[in-house]
Parts: sequence; C-alpha cells; structure tokens
Amino acid sequence: MQTLWFILVALMLTTYILLDGFDLGAGVIHLFAARNDQERRTILRAIGPVWDGNEVWLIAAGGTLFFTFPILYASSFSGFYLPLIIVLWLLMVRGVAVELRSRVQNPVWASFWDGMFFLGSALLAIFFGAALGNVIRGVPLDSSGTFFQALWTDFNPYSANPGILDWYTILIGLLALTALTAHGANYIAVKTLNAVNARARRISRLAWLATIVLAIPATIVTFSVQPLVSASFFSRPWGVIFPLIALGGLIGMGYFNFRQRDMPAFLSSGAFILGLLTSSAFSLYPDVLPAVKPANSLTIYNASASQYAQTVGLVWWLIGIVLASIYFIITYRLFRGKIRPADTEEGY
Amino acid sequence: MSDSTILSRLQFAFTLSFHYLFPALTMGLALLILILKTLYLLRKDEFYNTSAHFWARIFAVTFIIGVVTGVPLEFEFGTNWSRFSAAAGEIIAQTLAMEGAFAFFIESAFLGIFLFGERTFGQRMHWFSAFMVWLGTWASGGFIIASNAWMQHPVGYTMTPGGRLHLSNYWAVLLNPWIVPQFLHTISGSVITASFFMAGLGAYYLLARQHVEYGRLFITLGVIVGLIASIIQIYPSGDAEGLQVAKYQPIKLAAMEGLFHTEQGAGIVIIGQPDPATGTIDNAIIIPNVLSFLTYHRWSAGVKGLDAFPPSQWPDNIVLLYFSYHIMVGLGTFFIAIMALSLLLLWRRRLFQMRWMLWILLIAAPFPFIANIAGWYTTELGRQPWIVYGLLPTAQGSSANVSAGNVQFTLIGFAGVYLLLGLLYVVLVVFEATRGPKPAVEEHPPEAAQGISQEAS
Repeated sequence: MQTLWFILVALMLTTYILLDGFDLGAGVIHLFAARNDQERRTILRAIGPVWDGNEVWLIAAGGTLFFTFPILYASSFSGFYLPLIIVLWLLMVRGVAVELRSRVQNPVWASFWDGMFFLGSALLAIFFGAALGNVIRGVPLDSSGTFFQALWTDFNPYSANPGILDWYTILIGLLALTALTAHGANYIAVKTLNAVNARARRISRLAWLATIVLAIPATIVTFSVQPLVSASFFSRPWGVIFPLIALGGLIGMGYFNFRQRDMPAFLSSGAFILGLLTSSAFSLYPDVLPAVKPANSLTIYNASASQYAQTVGLVWWLIGIVLASIYFIITYRLFRGKIRPADTEEGY
Repeated sequence: MSDSTILSRLQFAFTLSFHYLFPALTMGLALLILILKTLYLLRKDEFYNTSAHFWARIFAVTFIIGVVTGVPLEFEFGTNWSRFSAAAGEIIAQTLAMEGAFAFFIESAFLGIFLFGERTFGQRMHWFSAFMVWLGTWASGGFIIASNAWMQHPVGYTMTPGGRLHLSNYWAVLLNPWIVPQFLHTISGSVITASFFMAGLGAYYLLARQHVEYGRLFITLGVIVGLIASIIQIYPSGDAEGLQVAKYQPIKLAAMEGLFHTEQGAGIVIIGQPDPATGTIDNAIIIPNVLSFLTYHRWSAGVKGLDAFPPSQWPDNIVLLYFSYHIMVGLGTFFIAIMALSLLLLWRRRLFQMRWMLWILLIAAPFPFIANIAGWYTTELGRQPWIVYGLLPTAQGSSANVSAGNVQFTLIGFAGVYLLLGLLYVVLVVFEATRGPKPAVEEHPPEAAQGISQEAS
C-alpha cells in the first residue's frame, strides 16, 4: 500500500509539472514570442481556460501527500520553509498577472503584468527544479526526522549542512527552466498561427539545445551526489526504462521541431519531463526524503499514515481522480485547436 | 507559548482572514449568478444575461484572489504547524485532499468554460457550467468545514502512546455531527455577504442614477435572497451551533458570552467590556435569563461560567473572543432588520424612491464581511488553547524547527503582498462597478459574433 501511494503521489506531482509546466513555459517565452498586445492576448488566451485547473494538481498532490505520508509532509514543508513560502508568493504574483492583465486597457498596466508574468513563471521553474535537486541530493535530517534548510550555505552539494541553493540544485533549476521553456514553447506553437507560431518554434529549438547542454553534466553529477541512484539502477535494472523515456523525448523534441510538427514535439517534451521525474522517483525509492546521514532518511515506511487511512483514502481518491480526468478531457477537448484573433475577444 | 508559535498563529490568522474575505463573497455570488442565469433561460430576456455577465466579471476577479490566497493555507499546515500535521495529517488531510479532488477540479474546469465558452458552446452548456461552479464552491466550503469540524470536535480517531492520531473511522469523520450546523451557518453567512454586496451596488446605481434598470434588479434579488439567508443565519443554523457549543465546548460558550460566574437563569450580555482580571463586565447591559433560554431552551437553566473550569483550560484571549462574538451577533441582528424593512418597502413598491433606505443598503454592504470574519474569530479563538480540541495543545502543534525570525520574515512578506492584492482588488471592483453592466452587442459588433458562431458550427 505504501508503494502504491508512493507511485500515485509521484504521478500526481509529475502530472502537475507536465500541465503547469507548459503554462509556466508560456510565461517564460511570452515576452519573446509575442511582440504586441494582440499576440500577448493570444498566448494568454491559449492558457487562460486551463492554467487554474493545472495548478489544482499541485493542491491535490499536496493534499494527497499530506494524508498518505503526513510525517514527510510535516518534515519537508517545515524544513523547506523559506523556499516554499517564496514559491507561494510567486504563484500569487503570476496568477494575478494572468487574470488581471487584460482587465484594464492601459499599455503601462499591461506591460507591468507581462513583466510579472515572465518573472514569476521563470523563477517558479527554477525553484521547482531546485526543489527536485534538493530531494535528490538529500537534506540534513536529524534523528527526530526534522531539519531546517537555509536558502544557501556554502553552495556545496557535498556539504554536511547544504543550503537550498548549491551549484548542483542551481544546475537542476536551470535545467528545469530550459526544459519547461521548451515544453511551453511547444504548447504555444500547437495553439497559435503565423508569427507567434514561428517564434515559438525558434525558441523551442534554442531551449532544446540548452536542455541538452545542461542535461549531460546534470546527469553525471546526480550519480555522484546521490549514491542511491546508481544503487537503484543496479538492483532493479528494469528501471532503465525511465531514463530511456527521457532520452526518447529529448530526441523527439529536436526531431519534430526540425520537421515542424508541433503536436508530436509537445508530446516529446512531455515525455522528456515525465522520464526525468519518474527516473528521479524510481532511483530514490523506497526513500521519500534522503538524509545527508542515510540512517535519518524518511522512507515510505517511517513517514506513512496508518494502513487504514491509506486504504480508505484510495477508494475516494480513485473516484475523485476519474472525475477530475473527465473534466480535464472535456475542457481540453472543448478548447482544442488554434487560437484565432476573434477568440481573444471572449472571456471576462 | 514560544515566539515562533505566536508568530505562526498570527500568520495563519492573518492569511486565513484575508483569504476568507474572497470565498465569503464568491460562494454566495455563485448562487446569485446561477439565479440570474436561470432567470435568463426562463424569461428569455437578454437583460438577465447581461446582469449575469456583469457579476461574472466581479466573480472572476474575486475568485482568482481567493484561489491565490487559498493555496498558502494548505501549505502552512506543513510549514508552520508541522507537529500538528505529523500527528493528525492522516485524518485532517483526508477532507483537505477531498476538497482538491472533488471541488477544485470542478470549479477550475467549469469556471474556464463559464468565462470563455458561452458563445462557442451555447446557452445550455453555459447554464450547466454556472451550476457546476456553484456546486464546486459550496462543496469546497463543505470539505473545509469538515476539516475544521474535526479540529473542533475530533471523532473517529485512536491515539497512540506517542501522541499520533490515527484514523479509525472514516465515516465518523465525514459525518461528524459538528459539520451540518457549521456548514449551514457559514454558507448562509456567505449568501448574506453576496446579497448585501449586490443590493448595495444596486442602491448605488439608483442613487447615482446610472444603470437604473440593473440597479432595481440587483436590489430586488439581493433583498429577497438576503432576507432568507439572514433568517437562516439565526435560526436554525446559529441556534444549532449555539446548542452544539454549549454541549461540547462549554468553556468557549462561557468566554464568548462573557459569563465569568456560573448562574441559574443566566442573563445575556448585550454590550459591555469584559475584564478577565476581575471577572466582571464594565458598562454592562444584561437581559436576565435569556442566555439560559438560548442555551437550554429553559429560562432558569444553570449555565456554567468560566469559574467552573481551571484557568489553564480557558481560551487565551477571552476579550477578543467576547468582542468577536458580540460583533457577529450584533451585526447579524441588524442584517435581518435591514433586509426585512427593505423587503417590506419593496413589496409596498416604495423602496426604489426611498433614498435614505438606499443609502442604508449601500453603507451596509461591507459589514457582512466583518461579521463573517468575526464569526471565524469566535470559533477559532474559542478553540484555544487547543489545536485539536481536547487532544493536542496549540503550543505543541507548531513547527519546532522554524525559528521566530523566519516566521516574522514571511509574516511581513505576506502582509506586503496582501496589502497590494487588497488594493488591486478594490481598484478593479471599483473599475467594474463604474463601468457597469453592458449588453453584449455594445462590446462586440454583431458581425464579429456572427463570424465566431459560424466557425464553431
């Protein structure tokens, strides 16, 4: 049961990054892909009906983590106190920027929110990557299962008292930025026509190249920073499927971008992100939060809720997730297709 | 209680109070928009649809501020109350996660369709999306009340020697008897808020002689729905909550009523300033026997005062608790009076000409927000010194690993961000209100609308 919940929570978080990832990426590229008010509105219209729903996956994943692994939730959220609260502020700025930009017809007002939308999106992508980097590298848990991490200490991932930001987590943060930028650019390419479409494709290509440049050192360092990674792949070699998915996605991103096929390129960047995140989860299992001193690590066993709580939770969770998937399919089907100029007139 | 715990309480109270101003409006407004949309479909008069659009614009901006200020609350359980989360997470987070799975997904999906899809998907889908948004917002409220109800009145748990609380009966938690009265009370409070808001803006339009037709509709709808909700607020929901508090949390009852000494035939304090040091109420106006009647429905029943309980069990801010409760009840009483008088004048067809009554409706509009917040302060301050009533003290629920300096940093940050959000919200609502409801044809030339419907078909 604990293993099942580990997989389900990991998948929910992955779903969140896949979905909110493209609207974060859209925020990163919109200053460059859209040059005038009409084009900016087109990009906002492309994510307008869906971004809020995408963000619900974060809340749903957080809530599910909370009741299935309450010890992990308590320990990690209090230990990552500062970066989490900063993420909350960024989510606020960004959400408000998307919704309020076009409410007042004033170029200064619109430019201000365009800037905030860019800044919030880019910083969130970096923070989410750094968060993943922290979980992979391990945190300074004590024997009572708690820790508190400063934003930075000595920037050394091999330190006994690492900070949130060190050169490894920053590297992962930048990788997240380029990967989500490519993902967002691919989504915008799918949803738009003409000039915006062409610029999105060009940005996607650049972000793809940057992703390759960053992914190679990031992969090598990951094996050195966290010994669990190689141990997991040696003891369970079938797990190599996950990095292969990522590799396939990475190749597909470039190939389909070159062939100008936007939808397959978008699915490829999705596969790349899916592969990266599932590889990370696979290589840490059964740890959920590795400690600098391995004896203090939180695992699916010592961090979990009772058997009963996890079992009853599974029943309603399955119903809820089926319903949620139905709404998502309906929404994305209803709003499928390219955004046309007239579409940006609708909405309140 | 450590500095870090006190600051965490301040931060949670601040972020929650600010957040709740927005759902207090949207839960009620979702119902009123659904009514407008239904009127449009029944009467086929574009007037109602334009009104629904206008309120949807205000709903959307309120909703988005509610969403972005709501996310921190779930996170703060973990960041600031980690020992509580570790001890009770598998119970309290069942209902929190259910809110995500069963309410937020509905709200976000159908709000997207409601705001962006009317012309493309047609009127029936649009009505249905309004219905689902209403359902989602109320369901969301229900799950949050279920979580709070468990903290007020824990059920369906077992406690390990180490102090961890395990879920033992899921249905007991979901069917906690505390939920129904509190949900009804919260929801009717929200409907009152939206009704006063709508009626107040309608009154403004009549006073300013703008959008007069819409102003009359907003007043009519606001007053009718507002009176019904104001009555439900007192009876049955307020009454049932009072009985429940008397039965399970007699200390809270004594503190909020300012009853320091146990009495037979206890009187109710209408006004006065409590002094916990001396156990007296200064400048008190007290109606004899009424508290006994309200609590036990008998005039001479004995009601336990604070002196019946050890001071260590008393809420730690009796004065604020007392004032919160009295502000809530006092305002609630005014609300019924205002709405009843307005409805009487409306029925006699004189309301729209009575400028002094329109002024009262306009000035009354912000007060339900205060009453809602005061109500939450009553229930939450009255729960102290417990985070889970009778099981886990608040001082043992905070994050021991987060220092006071860090909490102060984030508290100041929240204060700054929320100040800006609040200003922004007020500016935008004033902007929308000044612009007023506009029929669709003025905003979109008919040719453009034609083009889209052809593309869609």
